[in-house]
Formats: sequence, structure tokens, C-alpha cells
Amino acid sequence: MTLPRRWPLIATGLLVVLILPLVLNQLGNLYAVRVIGLVGIYCILGVGLNITIGYTGLLDLGYIAFYAIGAYTAAILSIAGISFWLGLPIVMIVGGAIRLGLGAPVLRLRGDYLAIVTLGFGEIVRLVLINLDAITNGPKGLPRVGEKIAEVKFLSFTLTENIHFYYLILAFLLIAIFISHRLEHSRLGRALIAIREDELAAKLSGINIARTKAVAFVISGIIGAVAGDIYVHWNQFVSPESFTFWESVLLVSMLVIGGMGNVWGILLGVVLLVAVPEVLRSTLGTAFVDYRMIAFGLLMVVIIIFRPQGLLPSRRRELELKTAGEES
Amino acid sequence: MFFQQLVNGITLGSIYALFALGYTMVYGILLMINFAHSEIFMVGAYLGFWALSLLPVWVQGWTPGYFTIVFAIAMMGAGLLAVTIERAAYRPLRRASRLAPLISAIGVSIFLQNLIQVTVSAQSQPYPDTFKISHYEFFGVQVNSLQIFIFALAISAMVLLQVFITKTRLGKAMRATAQNHTVSQLMGINVSFIITVTFLIGGALGGLAGVLNGMYYGSIKFNMGFFPGLKAFTAAVVGGIGNIKGAMVGGFLLGIIEALTVGYISSAYKDVILFAVLILVLIFRPTGIFGEEVTEKT
Repeated sequence: MTLPRRWPLIATGLLVVLILPLVLNQLGNLYAVRVIGLVGIYCILGVGLNITIGYTGLLDLGYIAFYAIGAYTAAILSIAGISFWLGLPIVMIVGGAIRLGLGAPVLRLRGDYLAIVTLGFGEIVRLVLINLDAITNGPKGLPRVGEKIAEVKFLSFTLTENIHFYYLILAFLLIAIFISHRLEHSRLGRALIAIREDELAAKLSGINIARTKAVAFVISGIIGAVAGDIYVHWNQFVSPESFTFWESVLLVSMLVIGGMGNVWGILLGVVLLVAVPEVLRSTLGTAFVDYRMIAFGLLMVVIIIFRPQGLLPSRRRELELKTAGEES
Repeated sequence: MFFQQLVNGITLGSIYALFALGYTMVYGILLMINFAHSEIFMVGAYLGFWALSLLPVWVQGWTPGYFTIVFAIAMMGAGLLAVTIERAAYRPLRRASRLAPLISAIGVSIFLQNLIQVTVSAQSQPYPDTFKISHYEFFGVQVNSLQIFIFALAISAMVLLQVFITKTRLGKAMRATAQNHTVSQLMGINVSFIITVTFLIGGALGGLAGVLNGMYYGSIKFNMGFFPGLKAFTAAVVGGIGNIKGAMVGGFLLGIIEALTVGYISSAYKDVILFAVLILVLIFRPTGIFGEEVTEKT
């Protein structure tokens, strides 16, 4: 494998994400470290969702459900005394299996119908979490009083501070980016992009549409579940209200604004939509948070009209959009 | 109990049916899910709220005129809002990919909800109870005058719409546009104007549904459109999206299912069951009850 063309940029970026949080931590700015960790979690979710929306072109409006399923599965396992590393494959299997169970019947639906069905599924998951008191402790969330989500241990080291979790999140984010990057340039990834561009033509070229879509859907679901797993161990608490429809919308907006199909675009989108509002909130006060959503709404409309490819689109997609524009 | 829930379900269904018409009309013409329609419903409810509480006392004394003015304000406002949204957020995307208008619509929806939340109120507000409710009982089933009023109003709006669509020139042009934009244009139909009319009518009906919803439940909130919107959309899909009669039947069907679920199973799971209905219909009969087979590539 040769170095990517823009490797100096990537190396500098890596250095910054490795060292900056450590510096902030030493300076005692724990809040900033927490925000950066949160950005990391959303980046993992964004990378996962991008496989469904960016590569395959399936609009998933209920992705947050898999984040929730991962978080709740992890919480239940952890309370039962299963460690993070032992629980991780179980969370992945549960997330992947549910994703497959949902995907198998609904993936043949047309784009906008699929969007509504995934939206409905996301709400079903949230409502079930609220109402299934015996397992999820309802709106009060997990863990119950007297229970505890076990700490994450790495060899003999126990992760306790935000900065520890930051590096755990970073490691998983890099794995997710690596998987997504390799996927994009694999046979499967090209098949996904072919489906996005023209399902009929892809089918005629011998791509098994149903299977290919299902594989992408499941990979993306597993990544979401893993993000939930990490989050719940970090946060030590999970409740249904973290998984509203608007969280799914926020994720989709990140992809749209950042640039679908491109990992760097997603990172930019997450920073713009998660970190910038957090920073502005700490400087301007909470009133700003309300206005933030008004601005998001407008921004989504303006970007989709004037820059449908997002701020940092993937090169391939940009080319496609350009030629498509010249044709019409 | 069954007939009691049926009455409740029909009232609820009247609101869903009016609401669903907006989804189905827009889908029929533009093949897009107008996600912002739930916010038109919400804004309609707020316009009705302001009209009900701000109209001068001498108007309030004259009941029929009072309600006519309230509904006229809410419907006009909601219709114009729908037209404005179409102009600003959907029209520039008419040639874009199919997901682009949906994302734009979600953006509009976020914008309107938060605008109302920030500028009006984040709490739910009591709806003015200016409607004098009297209770009747037929064979042990409770019916009140508000339920009769909602049902009658919804039915007359639907009959008017049906007459408009089937009997007038404009209605005919709408049906033609739904079938094929290019050919309609060649026949001298101003397609953009037809789209505007569609949004105006759909939006007005959505606003009407919003006011009725506020009167029926007695309170409104900035996010009140979300769940009813999903249910109305489900109703449109169940009836066969793009089909006007389908939306009406689907609306009543969904209202009745919801009321019976609340009565016999549990109110906590009523939304779960409705989403399950939506998913099952889309999987097993995506064309709905009245829908025709539509080829995907056009």
C-alpha cells in the first residue's frame, strides 16, 4: 500500500488529534477534552452512516437506533459483569443481527420510502426502550440504583478519565476510517457506488443488489453499535432521551453539510455541528443552543440548494455531480 | 366500549385524513415526501390559536362568523406558508436527485419547529376553549358536539376537494400534471402554477387539521406536528400514496386503529403499533389500498 497523495496533511492532522487533547488535559481544560471525545463518537457514527448514505445512497433516518441498541446491549452486559472487550463482539453481533433483520425486508423499498421506514424503526426502538421497564428501566435509564457499568480495562490499566476514553475513541475512529477507506476502494465499495448512481445499470452489470445493500447496511449498523458501546462505558449512564429522531437528523445533516461519501467531509461536518455549537454555548450562553437549530435548518436548505455535494465532497462524487449538471 | 372507541377513532381519523391529503397531493405531483407538512400543520394550529385568542370580543359573540374567520386565517396562512416553502426550498431542486428535496424539507422542518420554540414558547400552551361543547348519548355511546363538528367539517372539505379535482378545469389539469409533467406542459398546462395550487390546497387542509387538532386535544406545542405527521403520512401510504380517496380512507383507518389500540391494548404502545403498520404495509403492499403499480424509472 502506497502513501496517500496528501500524506503530509494527514500526518499533521494525526499529530494534532494525538497531542492537542493531551495538552488541553494538562492545562486542566477537562470540558474541552470531553467535547473532543464527543466529537470523536459522532465521527465514528458519521463514518458508519456514510457507508449507508454516502456510498450506497440509502437515506437512513433511524441510524441512531443502532447507537441506542449498542449502548443498551453494552450496558446490560456490563451490569451482568461482562467486561468491555468480551462484550464488544456480542454488541457487534446483536447490532449486526438486528440491522440485518430490519434490512432484509426493507432494503428493496424506494429511497424515500426507505427513509420513512428507518425513521419509523428508530422511533419504535426509542418507544420500546421507554416502555420495556423490566429490561431497560424505562425513561430512568440504565444502570438502576445500586448497579454499575464496569470500567474499561486495557491490560492492567483502567480507563477512568476523559482523556483515557479520548484515546480509546480515537483508536476506534481510526479503525472505522480504515475500514471505510478500504471498503470504498474494494470491489464491494465500487458495487455500492454503482448502486447509488444507477440501481438498474448496476443490476444489469451483474451486481447482486439485495446482498450488496444488505452487507453495507449491516457494516454500518455494527459501527453504530460499537459507538454506542464505547459511549455507555464512558458516560456510565444511558437513557432513551439521547436517541431521539433529531439525533438521527443531526447525523444526516453532518454528512450533507460536510460532504457525503468523503471521510474528511464527515469530520468537518461533525466539527461544525457538534464542536462549534459547544464552544459557542460555553462562550455565548445556553440561549444560543436554541438558535443553533434554527441556523441548522436554514443551513441544510441553503447547502442542499447551492452546494449539494457538501463542503468537502469526495472527488469521485464531485466529478459525477459536475458532469450530471452539464448534461441537464 | 367498541363503539365508543370507534367514535373517538373517527374523530381522530378526520384530522389524519385532512392532514394526509397534503402529503398525498404533493407526492402525486412531485413524487416527494413533503416532510415539512407536519410543520404546516403546527403553524396552522398556532395561527388558529392566535386568531381565537386575539379576535375582538364583538366578533367572538357571533359564533358562525367567528369560526369562519378563524379557519380562514389558519387555512390561508398555512396554505401560503406551504407555497412559500415550495418556492424557496423545493423549486430550486426540481431537477436534483430524489433525496435532495427530502433533505431540504427536513431542513425547513427543523427551522420552523425551532423558530416557534424560540420565538413563541417551548412549553405546550392551552388552546382557547371557545367552542361550546355539549354532550349527547346514543345507545350508551358518548358523542360530543366538537366530535360531530370535526367530522362534518372534514367530510365537507373532502367532498369539496373531490368535486374540485374531478369536475373543474384546474382539477383536471392537476390530475394531468400528476401523470406526466412534460406532456401536460405540451398541452398548455402551466405546471409550476399547478404545483403552487397543489401546495396551497394541501397546506390549507393541513392548517385546518392543525386547528381541529388543537381544539380536540386542547393544547398545542412547537413539536406537535411530528407524530401526527408520521401518522398522516402512514395514512397516505396505507391508502396508496398519490391517491386522494386513499388518503381519506387511510386517515380514518389509522384513526380507528389508534383508538382501538388505546382502548384494547395499551396507550404506551399506540405509536409503536402505528409504525409497525407503516412498515408492514410498505413491505407487503407498498402501493397501498388504492394505489396503482408505478414503475420506478420514468
